[in-house]
Amino acid sequence: MEKNMDRTIITVVGKDTVGIIAKVCTYLSEHHINVLDISQTIVQEFFNMMMIADMKNSDKPFDQCAKDLEVLGEEIGVNIKCQREEIFQRMHRI
Amino acid sequence: MINIWEVNETNKMIEQENLDVRTITLGISLLDCIDSDLQRLNDKIYQKITSVAAKLVETGEEIERNYCIPIVNKRISVTPIALVGQSACRSAEDFVTVARTLDRAAKAVGVNFIGGYSALVSKGMTAGDEYLIRSIPQALAETERVCSSVNVGSTKTGIDMDAVKLMGEIILKTAEYTKENDSLGCAKLVVFCNAPDDNPFMAGAFHGVTEADSIINVGVSGPGVVKKALEQVRGESFEVLCETIKKTAFKITRVGQLVAQEASRRLGIPFGIIDLSLAPTPAVGDSVAEILEEIGLEYAGAPGTTAALALLNDQVKKGGIMASSYVGGLSGAFIPVSEDQGMIDAVEAGALSLEKLEAMTCVCSVGLDMIAIPGEVPASTVSGIIADEMAIGMINQKTTAVRLIPVIGKNIGETVEFGGLLGHAPVMQVNRYGCEAFINRKGRIPAPVHSFKN
Repeated sequence: MEKNMDRTIITVVGKDTVGIIAKVCTYLSEHHINVLDISQTIVQEFFNMMMIADMKNSDKPFDQCAKDLEVLGEEIGVNIKCQREEIFQRMHRI
Repeated sequence: MINIWEVNETNKMIEQENLDVRTITLGISLLDCIDSDLQRLNDKIYQKITSVAAKLVETGEEIERNYCIPIVNKRISVTPIALVGQSACRSAEDFVTVARTLDRAAKAVGVNFIGGYSALVSKGMTAGDEYLIRSIPQALAETERVCSSVNVGSTKTGIDMDAVKLMGEIILKTAEYTKENDSLGCAKLVVFCNAPDDNPFMAGAFHGVTEADSIINVGVSGPGVVKKALEQVRGESFEVLCETIKKTAFKITRVGQLVAQEASRRLGIPFGIIDLSLAPTPAVGDSVAEILEEIGLEYAGAPGTTAALALLNDQVKKGGIMASSYVGGLSGAFIPVSEDQGMIDAVEAGALSLEKLEAMTCVCSVGLDMIAIPGEVPASTVSGIIADEMAIGMINQKTTAVRLIPVIGKNIGETVEFGGLLGHAPVMQVNRYGCEAFINRKGRIPAPVHSFKN
């Protein structure tokens, strides 16, 4: 993995339930992905979380993590999405 | 650091407002494939395209997954085949073999269109140019993914009226050759004035001779995002309206710039340009006409439409230019009828005529695009429509294009179905008075006085 492309935004959207953050964080820690920031809000009664994670030391490639988290999301009943941070940086910062 | 609101805003644009990157187009020069032997020419072309573009689709899909941004099309443009094929092709049939090779190469690398089955004849045609043009109906009927364009005029050279006359006949012949499919062949054929060398959008893309060996050009899109943003400023002043369009265009273009740079880096091919065009699709909420309605028109085509479109086009450019290091291609709002549900609705409501569409092309790119007309119109009328549109481009120093579909066997009010991104279109009325004597004059229209700037 490229060193300058390690920051990933993970968004979790769905119906609120017990243990969403715990399950996502467990997955991340198992694969040596460091969480840099978490923010959470409720939008139109939906659980809405965003994590900024550092995937520099991840033991799995980006595509695999994204797929795993998507499957994990399906198990919990939420939508989990991984995106490289640049798309947001480019759009919202000059 | 990026905050949750910014993340949500971007993802809402992608998930709910149809934000996408419309195309990554890989331009490939075929000048080094030129050969006097037809078989060798075809072999070299196939070899070059399939090696340079081998990883294009795979890389595009990887970028899509990394950023969760759809990249709708991965395409290829090549050097105008009239230039590449002239020394080998002695007939129109010879050129058709090259079209088949392009189609085969496109299928091998998995791109949905390959552009550049083209001739540049803005001042005159060589024998080879004419062979290529005459081969277009057969080439488009026999291939699936090949797109063709012919540049028949420019501000610097004037308009080659012999080519305009010929193209009227060729468009009708192409319609006839593909009549089983609602004359679909014509959807893959564009006639240009001032065609740009670096346009990433089909059907008019080709890789100009002024370009490097290979290059990545990206077309952005996002009419739905602009429409949603404008919903928030209903009733506000023109200043607020324009600022909102500019800011939105900036954001959309930044995504295009990111995708272009990433594709360039991953493929090891230089980044060319971003084309700042608002390109609609037939999907609801992805329409340029709906933006015009949001600006304040009952339907696209109502009085005020040309002004609203001029404003929209200009603000998109102003917002986009700062977001990208290189801007080029067509860069404007597209107003294709069949590919834009709002335009289709406007035609069906009787709000939008061919003449109003022509007026609209004076202030935006690109031209009379994806317009179905009755299949029984005379060739001279098709040429007349082309000549009018070329004159607008020549005098205004801008690109204009014509992509008309004379639908064989259908008449005004009937609908044609092209499917997919090409959409469906009501057959529109054409002025029934003739222009045959005008079109039958030989030669060319001289370059306009304001082209003499030296």
